[in-house]
Amino acid sequence: MTRQRGDVVVETRGLCMHFGGVRAVDQVDFTLFDRELRCLIGPNGAGKSTFFKCLTGQLTPTAGEVLIRGQDMTGAEPFEVASLGVGIKTQVPNVFDGLTVDENLWVSARRWHDDRRARALVSETIERLRLGDIRKMQLGRLAHGQRQWVELGMVVVAEPWLVLLDEPAAGMTHEETFRTAELIEEINKTSALIVVEHDMQFIRLISRKVTLFHEGGILMEDTMDAISADKRAREVYLGHRA
Amino acid sequence: MNNGILRNMRPTFFYAFLGLVFMFAAPNVLQLFTIINLTTAIALAVLALSLALIWGYGGILCFGQVAFFGLGAYAYTIAAINFGDTTPAILVAVMITAAFAAALGYFIFFGRVSDVYLGVITLTVTLIFFSLIRRTSGPEYKIGKALLGGFNGVSSPPLNLPWDRSSFLFPEHVFYVAMAALILCYLFVGWLVHTRFGRVCVAIRENELRAELLGYDSRLYKLGIFTIGAGIAAIGGVLFCNGVGRITPDVFSLYNAALTIIWVIVGGRGTLIGPVGATFALFYLTSALGGQSLLNNNLVLGVILIVFVLLVPKGVAPTVTDWVMARRKKAPKRVRRRARPQTERME
Ligand SMILES: Nc1ncnc2c1ncn2[C@@H]1O[C@H](COP(=O)(O)OP(=O)(O)OP(=O)(O)O)[C@@H](O)[C@H]1O
Ligand SMILES: [Mg+2]
Repeated sequence: MTRQRGDVVVETRGLCMHFGGVRAVDQVDFTLFDRELRCLIGPNGAGKSTFFKCLTGQLTPTAGEVLIRGQDMTGAEPFEVASLGVGIKTQVPNVFDGLTVDENLWVSARRWHDDRRARALVSETIERLRLGDIRKMQLGRLAHGQRQWVELGMVVVAEPWLVLLDEPAAGMTHEETFRTAELIEEINKTSALIVVEHDMQFIRLISRKVTLFHEGGILMEDTMDAISADKRAREVYLGHRA
Repeated sequence: MNNGILRNMRPTFFYAFLGLVFMFAAPNVLQLFTIINLTTAIALAVLALSLALIWGYGGILCFGQVAFFGLGAYAYTIAAINFGDTTPAILVAVMITAAFAAALGYFIFFGRVSDVYLGVITLTVTLIFFSLIRRTSGPEYKIGKALLGGFNGVSSPPLNLPWDRSSFLFPEHVFYVAMAALILCYLFVGWLVHTRFGRVCVAIRENELRAELLGYDSRLYKLGIFTIGAGIAAIGGVLFCNGVGRITPDVFSLYNAALTIIWVIVGGRGTLIGPVGATFALFYLTSALGGQSLLNNNLVLGVILIVFVLLVPKGVAPTVTDWVMARRKKAPKRVRRRARPQTERME
């Protein structure tokens, strides 16, 4: 399949995720084009992570559809979504605590390549993410920011064509945040991305188009500047942040 | 890739070699009675190895590993009586047990049963076997020519030569077979945990969601390791029949189910040699205790379990490894300290 910039890679139609009476995600129509870099923002509890989990198969939506590259992935298992070549990082760090940095990355690369190629990719990624000093360390012994960083490494090493990141810069230092933004720009040269983020500075560093979530729905979809200028958006979100 | 695996397997080869030395030395040094006893211990060590694989590496706490061990033992015995030949009976035993585990595992893993319920289900299956087979004492309970014999069990035909079903192995030869089987199983499992399959299983043990988010179907891997573990337990069961000469429903008892877990806890999860060694150690401890009446066997085992859970929670083998590693890390420092004054003098 040839890829073109204008292709739709992620689409949701009338996506709903209700927990009892809580409408965490309600009637969301969302479209992402190939090579696009999209930020999802919104106040706490707006439903960003729930939306994200519906895309990645961690939750089965109550109603609506999820299409990835035109394939119906509604209610698919996480491994099925990942097996399409989608790289995923969750909000809560998910890493292999008992394994070393090297091994963490290897498990990711080995999903797609033979051992030799996987090890070469691991070395490349270690260098690229400057993890050389800690590559033999167990993940359980690393600081929070480093673990986040390794998780990003697990995503990159698999060379995904679509990358979904839930709060990649959470808990990182200023410098780490800056490098994450750089990395995301780099990933974006070859892949489409959806990035959920709270950090306004971070979003200004990377953003093109931003989707603003509010109470389970999409309130606005525009550039960061336009959103900052909008009165309603400022009320729900920016008023108490920026 | 293969070179990498072989390099990682160096300790495995080392212990396998020790096993080989023991295999050829023991019959020359030990008495026949001890050798026969050892065969039983070896069978149990294979059982421990199988749980070390699925619990220690697969993260699956199967409380009923003895179910597969006992099923293998019964299947071997019944098949051997019917065929009049033990070689195909071994194959049948392993295949029936693996098939049973695959069916059970399919419901557990594809039904996404939680870890706690997995323990409950496997233990329940074991106890169902226990009470069902105990009730098979009448002459109407037979499979082909083999009477099941209720709580008295069935006596198992000894192994015969693969090419001559009328020549049976002597107990000292059965010992060789058992020891060879243990070493081969150990090498196989030691290899398996270093393959892609084995390493993905460890990753799933560490974080199942993460493994799925990387594109691995954790259900398939768990089912695979569970089934392989059951097949190995069945080999242990076959050896057990040959060590004891009889199989009774007692293999399915709660006591034995718990004992298997204790071997792995004491030996250490995440290693293979640990649980194997712990099985031999505890086997000899309980036989030694059997000869006296001062201390209750179960009490001693209970105390050992508590001591390990509280004081050596990782088990013997990982604790020893940590200790050696810590000493090795310290060693270069000492060298450096000594070297420093010399360089200063040179300057
Ligand atoms: N498993 C669940 N059961 C019940 N309610 C849930 C569940 N998961 C999320 N919710 C609710 O759904 C709403 C949206 O939560 P979600 O985690 O998607 O928010 P978010 O936008 O990611 O917030 P944050 O910025 O804090 O990460 C919240 O009100 C939350 O309490
Ligand atoms: Mg969230």
